[in-house]
Amino acid sequence: MIYIRLFFAFFQIGLFSFGGGYAAVPLIQHQIVETNHWLEMSQFADLITIAEMTPGPIAINSATFVGQQIAGFPGAVICTLGCIFPSFIIVLLLSFLYMKYRNLKTMQGILTGLRPAIVAMIASAALSLFVLALFNSSLPDLKPENFRIIEAVLFCISLFLIRKYKIGPIPIIFGSGIIGTILYMLF
Amino acid sequence: MSYQKKEGSLPDNCSMYWQLFKITFFLSACTFGGGFVIISMMKKKFVEELHWLTEEEMLDMTAIAQSSPGALGVNIAIVVGYRLKKVKGAIVCTLAAVLPPLFIISIISVFYNQWKNNAYIAVALQVMRAGVAAVICDVVFSLAQNVIMTKQILWISLMILSFIATVFFHVSAVIIILICGAAGFLNSRSKNNKEKRI
Repeated sequence: MIYIRLFFAFFQIGLFSFGGGYAAVPLIQHQIVETNHWLEMSQFADLITIAEMTPGPIAINSATFVGQQIAGFPGAVICTLGCIFPSFIIVLLLSFLYMKYRNLKTMQGILTGLRPAIVAMIASAALSLFVLALFNSSLPDLKPENFRIIEAVLFCISLFLIRKYKIGPIPIIFGSGIIGTILYMLF
Repeated sequence: MSYQKKEGSLPDNCSMYWQLFKITFFLSACTFGGGFVIISMMKKKFVEELHWLTEEEMLDMTAIAQSSPGALGVNIAIVVGYRLKKVKGAIVCTLAAVLPPLFIISIISVFYNQWKNNAYIAVALQVMRAGVAAVICDVVFSLAQNVIMTKQILWISLMILSFIATVFFHVSAVIIILICGAAGFLNSRSKNNKEKRI
């Protein structure tokens, strides 16, 4: 039964991928290239490219892609279900505990300590995205000569519009996509 | 930082599920750049615009999503759904978070070669990141401002140290969450003891 095998392969990916994003890539590769031989390594590289170019988490994207290749659309659905099932149960359990105990003094103390850490983690994601947008490279390979003026201008205008006029995120993202593409075509 | 009771008016059941689905679906379909971008967008929508959640709750729920295995963007949808509408809400939000990538990848895996070699798409994806970066930077500014406004050295230094640990030393999220949770616990214990002595 290919469906059951697909489900359990992605169940394991969902269960053991802590840290999110690229932390899950080696795990996915191990399951679908090495253990089950569902994809060749070159197909797997294509998969990562697609995942990068589309919205959505890498684990979900690869579940859909592999399922689609192996068993069509039902396969894609089965793989995606397998992938989210473990986190669904664990997150629900933690949310239940949070809602039940969040007014306890001790719990309040712990949560108050966690908030600055979470702000810092969002800030670090923001920094990587900022560097990726303006220098098209990751933080460790940052080189000043890769600076991109069009992206920098778009960034400043977007930030100004958000802060001053409270423009929503979706018009900002698509607006900068459209205007930036036109600017690149012109210059 | 304490819980302020500032619940916005919640619409009736049916339209609430539909709104939850619509918002999560839309954010999931438009979010390039990973889980923290979804969280920033949800914060803008659910906290600033609709007032369904407080900023503190949003941060607590981020901690839950971050401490669980799986994709951050899906996990945050599960917690938000559960917080607003229990298990049914969680199911609605999970579906809304998963359907866009499911459809998009199913379609793209068919047209992959045309998609990969299209110069316009490559440029659009690169420049779009400037807008994504601006959205998430805006959220970070307001969040950091609120931590600084507490004027408590402990929280401000925890924030700065966690940032340095993540960016420069690649310390894993689980370790930072454990240490900062312990710091918060000890701080509340010592405060309690002081109150008792007085």
